[in-house]
Amino acid sequence: MDKVFKALANPTRRKLLDSLRARNGETLGALCTDLDMTRQAVTQHLRCLEEASLVATIWRGREKLHYLNPVPLHEIYNRWIEKYERQQLQALSDLKKIAEGD
Amino acid sequence: MDKPKFVYVVYVATTQEKLWNALIDARVTTQYWQHENVSDWKPGSKWEHRESNKERTLKLVGKVIESSPPRRLVVTWADPSDEKREEKHSRVTFELEPVRGVIRLTVTHDLLEPGSDMLEGITAGWPKVLSSLKSMLETGRPLPTLW
Repeated sequence: MDKVFKALANPTRRKLLDSLRARNGETLGALCTDLDMTRQAVTQHLRCLEEASLVATIWRGREKLHYLNPVPLHEIYNRWIEKYERQQLQALSDLKKIAEGD
Repeated sequence: MDKPKFVYVVYVATTQEKLWNALIDARVTTQYWQHENVSDWKPGSKWEHRESNKERTLKLVGKVIESSPPRRLVVTWADPSDEKREEKHSRVTFELEPVRGVIRLTVTHDLLEPGSDMLEGITAGWPKVLSSLKSMLETGRPLPTLW
């Protein structure tokens, strides 16, 4: 669980997860186009995400494809949020979105 | 070859055999999935996914494509109303691999129709099912209520 929090404690890595949520199964090259940094730096961020199991990878020929893996996040969610709280929390989050005009 | 749509990975402190059994034994799936996976798990056989309620509501159907215990299981996956329309079936591959003393379970779900209810359902469903499976095998306690 430490690895998950460490991986999430970085804006670039959160942005990479956002990119994968929008377009799952991307190559390193495609992920680099969204970010203003070297390929090497992006590789390191992806490795950190992979070690935390937030990103799953598979090979298709010579291409490595990256997938968002939300399973560790679900484990965290389950650890601290009780079943009966979920509906209230969803309602609060909806209210915040409406109030902030998001 | 198309890109797979979703790849989920979970590391479980258990054995390949226990994890394999947790995928195919209806008495075990009912504990962490609250649904039963029913089949003889031979290639070509039908498999059914039923709710563990009194009505045993049929939720999903499909065929076993490959079964190589305790490493790899491939099934097709469809809404019961699409059983005859095979072009609408998606595909799920389970791969069980020992990694540094634990088992890495990779679930790949592909051939999904963009924008379908099935796609929405599985993206909400797999993280719950897999974290409940992990919890049950490691602590003996699955997640309380999934659905």
